[in-house]
Amino acid sequence: MKALTWHGTKDVRVETVDDPEIINPRDAILKVTSTAICGSDLHLYDGVIPGMQAGDILGHEFMGEAVEVGKDSTLEKGQRVVVPFTISCGGCFHCQVQQYSACENSNPAEKQDMSASLYGHPMSGLFGYSHLTGGYSGGQAEYVRVPFSDVGPIVIPDHLEDDKVLFLSDILPTGWMAAENAEIQPDDTVAVWGCGPVGLFAIQSAIAMGAAKVIAIDHYPHRLELARQLGAEVIDFRKTDVREALMEMSGGIGVDAVIDAVGMEAHGFAIDNMVDVVKQKVGVGADRASVLKQALLAVRFGGKVSIPGVYGGMTDKFPTGALMEKGLQVRSGQTHVQKYTKPLLDKIEDGSLDTTFLISHRLPLDEAAKGYRNFKEKQDSWTKVILKPGMAAK
Amino acid sequence: MNQHRSSTVGIAVGLGLTAGGVLLASLARRHKGGRDSAPGYTARRIPGKFDVTGKTVTIRKPRAELFAYWRDFANLPAIMENLEHVEVMDNQTGHSAWSIKAPAGNTVRIETKIAREVADELIAWRSVEGSEIATEGRVMFSDAPGDRGTQVTLIIAYQPPAGAVGKAVAKLFIREPAVQARHDLKRFKMLMETGEIATSANRKDETRAAQQEKKS
Repeated sequence: MKALTWHGTKDVRVETVDDPEIINPRDAILKVTSTAICGSDLHLYDGVIPGMQAGDILGHEFMGEAVEVGKDSTLEKGQRVVVPFTISCGGCFHCQVQQYSACENSNPAEKQDMSASLYGHPMSGLFGYSHLTGGYSGGQAEYVRVPFSDVGPIVIPDHLEDDKVLFLSDILPTGWMAAENAEIQPDDTVAVWGCGPVGLFAIQSAIAMGAAKVIAIDHYPHRLELARQLGAEVIDFRKTDVREALMEMSGGIGVDAVIDAVGMEAHGFAIDNMVDVVKQKVGVGADRASVLKQALLAVRFGGKVSIPGVYGGMTDKFPTGALMEKGLQVRSGQTHVQKYTKPLLDKIEDGSLDTTFLISHRLPLDEAAKGYRNFKEKQDSWTKVILKPGMAAK
Repeated sequence: MNQHRSSTVGIAVGLGLTAGGVLLASLARRHKGGRDSAPGYTARRIPGKFDVTGKTVTIRKPRAELFAYWRDFANLPAIMENLEHVEVMDNQTGHSAWSIKAPAGNTVRIETKIAREVADELIAWRSVEGSEIATEGRVMFSDAPGDRGTQVTLIIAYQPPAGAVGKAVAKLFIREPAVQARHDLKRFKMLMETGEIATSANRKDETRAAQQEKKS
């Protein structure tokens, strides 16, 4: 089959590799119909996530048709499903309390050591996201092996086309959980850094949850325009002093909740951020946490801090003083996707959520490398790329 | 427990490994000289000529089920790294022969007998005299708080073997026993909680079992 494989920093290629097989009883093999490039795939593309190996198949946002099922899979051949990017067994303590992204059984035992030493506990398995999270092949391919196919995949009714439901695999639940983690109250003013897909969905979710005002921060005009269309007020950080503006726009109190939908590769010109850029380039592995630092200063006393943006390492000069003295509440984590797929599918079906506005490009799988390059280099106009393995190459 | 110091195997007595029902916690206090509730094997320095490693996992299954699986030693190659085969010669005494893969296609054979057994709580075993590696181990099962299932603790003590074969075996068997014990327990947990052992392999010939097969 054809698959998008990683070979090094900014080096991804579509290659022919072996088709996957059913290995465990609960596995299924999907024929992929649609798969998206995620903002977090760019962290792999930029080489800032450890534990990648040449030849790894990327892709953790995908859907398709079950073409083979293991004896303990509950799927049937021919069913269309969306697959959560988090691989979860459904039977461990964390799965039982719906903390699916902390599943204890999905990262192979021999792969758990690296993340256990980095974070104190091993990560769960994720599709296509380095050997830190299990080394599972991703879905930017013609076929993909899906473990625990009785737990994760959600069956999609025939009348809902791929483009409407694909984002249930990651970014829609991630944006939703980001807003949920901000524990939005009706009077709240919420600031969201980053108007990429997760930021935009967090804005959409925060508004759906009844926030009084949502303020979006970015520097790409098109992305800010999308945020505005969703109902947010916007700040261009290249033109405006963000912290001062947020204080003024929240009546001098400070915003009630902040959402960092940027993560470890923040843009920006603060001195410490530039130092972090250099460190990241030389491989010290420092996270560029300029957004998180700014968010901690912008949020009001007793405010809520939600971090859907991906961080992987450590950061310098973290404002622990602001964290403690202001009595902040921080919530974060990889998304517990399985908890949200059903309720969000219902919202898509009844028309109260539409995420197709985000899609800017649809490409055949063969053009995946171009998709990565442009998603990275032309962020303003390439807001979301969907790869269609069944689409003929131009 | 001191009588075990003079036993033929003579190992790791201070840690209570052969000492039946003696709690590791109480031994930890004695050895660390303080009032510390941590298990003995977490001490920064463990006295004696035996190395000791211990690990605990919580498994959402009843004690009896987990005990029964482990008590059938022939099951263990499914979860243990480099353990090729276990032949149970006498179920009553637990007299078993463990075949462990060693470098260059060699196999090391260790014979063990059950030293102590408490139904649904504890199985302790030790190598019989003359084994290539002197080792003993115990696995303990206790109820986890609330409905979290069972806490399973595996403790293994072993004496680094001498000689050329010993060194070769050490590289494999004893290289990183703590890591190995952790992996073994994780696979046990996976199998019990999910009915399978997680792998990111895409093809049957890439799985851990198949790779292990190839090495021999």
